[in-house]
Amino acid sequence: MLDFRLDEEQQMLADTVHRFAEEKMRKEFREAEELGKIPDDVVKAGWEIGLLPTGLPEEYGGFGEYSAVTNAIAMEEFSWGDFATTLRILGPNLVAMPVYLSGTDEQKAHYLPMFCDEAMPKVTAALTEKAIQFDPRNLKSTAVLDGDSYLLNGAKTLVPLAKDAELILVYANENGETQAFLVPAGSEGLEIGAKGKWMGINALPTYEVKLNDVRVSAANKLGGDAGIDFTQILNHSRIALGAAAVGLMRAGFEYARDYAKQRVQFGQPVAQYQSIAFMLAEMAIDVDEARLLVWEAAWMMDQGQDATAETTRMKFYLDDISVKVADQALQTLGGYGYIREYPVELWLRNARGLTHFDGIAMI
Amino acid sequence: MINFEIPKKIQAEAQMADMVAKQIMRPISRKYDEGEHERPVEFTNAMWPFLKQQEKARWAKIESGEVKPERDGPNWTILRLILMIEILSWGDAGIYLCTPNAGLGGAAVEAVGTPEQKERYMKRFSTGEPKWGAMAITEPNAGSDNSSMRTTAVLDEETNEWVINGEKVFITNGKLSLEESDGFCVVWATIDPDAGRAGIKSFVVEGGTPGVSIAKQEHKLGIRASDTVALHFKDVRVPFDSVLGSPDVQKTSKGFKGAMKTFDASRPAVAASAVGIARAALEFTQETLAEEGIVIDYTKPKHQLTAVERDLMEMEARYRGSWLLTLRATSQLAFGESNRLEASMCKARAGEAVTWITQKSVELLGPLGYSRETLAEKWMRDAKINDIYEGTKQINLLIVARSILGYSRRELK
Ligand SMILES: Cc1cc2nc3c(=O)[nH]c(=O)nc-3n(C[C@H](O)[C@H](O)[C@H](O)COP(=O)(O)OP(=O)(O)OC[C@H]3O[C@@H](n4cnc5c(N)ncnc54)[C@H](O)[C@@H]3O)c2cc1C
Repeated sequence: MLDFRLDEEQQMLADTVHRFAEEKMRKEFREAEELGKIPDDVVKAGWEIGLLPTGLPEEYGGFGEYSAVTNAIAMEEFSWGDFATTLRILGPNLVAMPVYLSGTDEQKAHYLPMFCDEAMPKVTAALTEKAIQFDPRNLKSTAVLDGDSYLLNGAKTLVPLAKDAELILVYANENGETQAFLVPAGSEGLEIGAKGKWMGINALPTYEVKLNDVRVSAANKLGGDAGIDFTQILNHSRIALGAAAVGLMRAGFEYARDYAKQRVQFGQPVAQYQSIAFMLAEMAIDVDEARLLVWEAAWMMDQGQDATAETTRMKFYLDDISVKVADQALQTLGGYGYIREYPVELWLRNARGLTHFDGIAMI
Repeated sequence: MINFEIPKKIQAEAQMADMVAKQIMRPISRKYDEGEHERPVEFTNAMWPFLKQQEKARWAKIESGEVKPERDGPNWTILRLILMIEILSWGDAGIYLCTPNAGLGGAAVEAVGTPEQKERYMKRFSTGEPKWGAMAITEPNAGSDNSSMRTTAVLDEETNEWVINGEKVFITNGKLSLEESDGFCVVWATIDPDAGRAGIKSFVVEGGTPGVSIAKQEHKLGIRASDTVALHFKDVRVPFDSVLGSPDVQKTSKGFKGAMKTFDASRPAVAASAVGIARAALEFTQETLAEEGIVIDYTKPKHQLTAVERDLMEMEARYRGSWLLTLRATSQLAFGESNRLEASMCKARAGEAVTWITQKSVELLGPLGYSRETLAEKWMRDAKINDIYEGTKQINLLIVARSILGYSRRELK
């Protein structure tokens, strides 16, 4: 029955994450971006909120059931705090989520329990390739069955935390389909390359990863013979990224709103000029509209419906309006918006970056 | 608990509106666009018996005391209405506005009228011939700034009647309610021009009241099937108790605010109408393009989509976003929550979105879009009104801005 209100548990989760975002993430994110490192205690505290286990069944050590809607709610609050730190804290989801959605029973039993541990597992995923025409459904990296193992070849970019990862989920093209392979660190032919230098999201170290005839057992192919449902993984990922975009937009909107109320020019707060006030009103509507589009797609996924169309159009639309809102937030601050002492210029860079993260799956 | 499902019962009821939209409205859509000011009798005659019956049943319930003021759970009447408006506007937005019911005037009576007033003015919609209700606020010099209206109501203490004088413009269903049926029009007027908002009251003027005249029938860009007139009030006498709410001039502007309350429902209603037109244009565009082999492949990355596919996808997203904002404002009403902000949000967004979507549709369809042989160009003309009435986009943005900034009317003009 039509309802747009969070239930009690969702509200509690949102409040918990918001408190963390405000008290921890917002305190460190600027320095983390400049230094290229997020403080360990923040990562640890974020992990301890335990978003991942709340979405995993008891048999794997979790205490819940996955809900894309609930996840979107948490994701918005995390991302409101900081996008890079969010990716850092939720990094393990890059593996947990595809395993949960597409793994065989053995793979689930083997891999999922570590995501319910106190210590954060060191895992990551490699999907994106350095190509303007990058298409996650038509990867250039290849997987070829050779006896009872696979040979992986290709080059990946934007692989978070690859240097310290003990396990990398590598996406590759097998006979025209995107499949995923669990590749242990140190595998022969696996080369962790240079650290990426990006316009934003630098607090999260990302790397190039090369695969030269990397051999993995056929048992490491996610989903076994049947492989993965990549569309489903991508849909969940886009919902999570959509929710992150909402968090980013909301951060920009709220900051600009508060700033405009106290910045006085020509004898009155600039918020009292319609051109600023109307821009803020449009931003507020954008945030709410974006959130509703994310929630609807998430709700459909939770109902077991195919939400590929909803998810795709939502993501593409949010790519545009999240950058627009971040830009408007900056504009509201005038020159100060351009200065790195203020957060909004970073939010514009992050919003742009977010649109390049596609298919990086997170719970 | 977040849920996007329209209750099954309401979905089933919407099917009847869907049938009317498809089988009655669409076939006459062009006819009443070209025959401006003609009453779309195919539609009004089909709707009236049904709406009359519904009203009759409602009154039977009220009279038998079955309607309890305190209900458990959400009141979905408003959702039913919003869904119906969306569907009928998909059929034809101009013809939808000719729905024989109490309309905006009825909403005002229901919002602030006494039980006696409700019975006196509303019960007529359950019997006899088709009737209409209207609401007259706008004046030539008082549009967005409606509190500066000059129409006056003066109490004649000898007869205990209000005497109304003034001019109203752009009144939807003004002729149908006052001249062509025994309906009524809720007319806003000031009883104390020095008192500003506090002096503004609303009065029910019934069809056939002497002194009311139709000064002009407007020729419009779109929604041509809809009756839009200028009204003159020359010494129009209405009984004392035709004033809605309290007749006192209070220090506060409570009466004005009470009437403003009808906007909480009427803005989502306008948004729903906008969304209905948007869906019509979108579906037609999708179907026509599909015949040319253009169908969106949602598994393609963004940069491999053609410009047309991108536009189409954005049309879909904006249509959906507006509808979800509308449903949210509606569900708040159903749950008895305040929705002032969200009602303006959905109205501002849907009015803008439908304007853009229908313009895109005409653009994407090329000569076919511009042709009067199809309805795309008509939808573009119809769409624009949703950006204007029930508060222009700017006025609704002003309301949103004041709300999010915590500003008063004085602080943000
Ligand atoms: C087809 C149709 C049907 C209608 N039906 C009804 C009806 O049934 N009953 C009724 O009472 N009225 C009705 N109206 C009137 C409608 O509500 C008004 O047209 C509307 O409120 C705008 O007023 P206006 O036309 O005088 O424009 P104006 O108020 O003169 O506005 C002109 C422009 O200035 C902008 N503007 C005005 N004030 C501000 C401000 N403070 N800040 C920023 N921008 C501002 C407006 O957004 C607009 O763009 C109808 C109008 C039409 C066209």
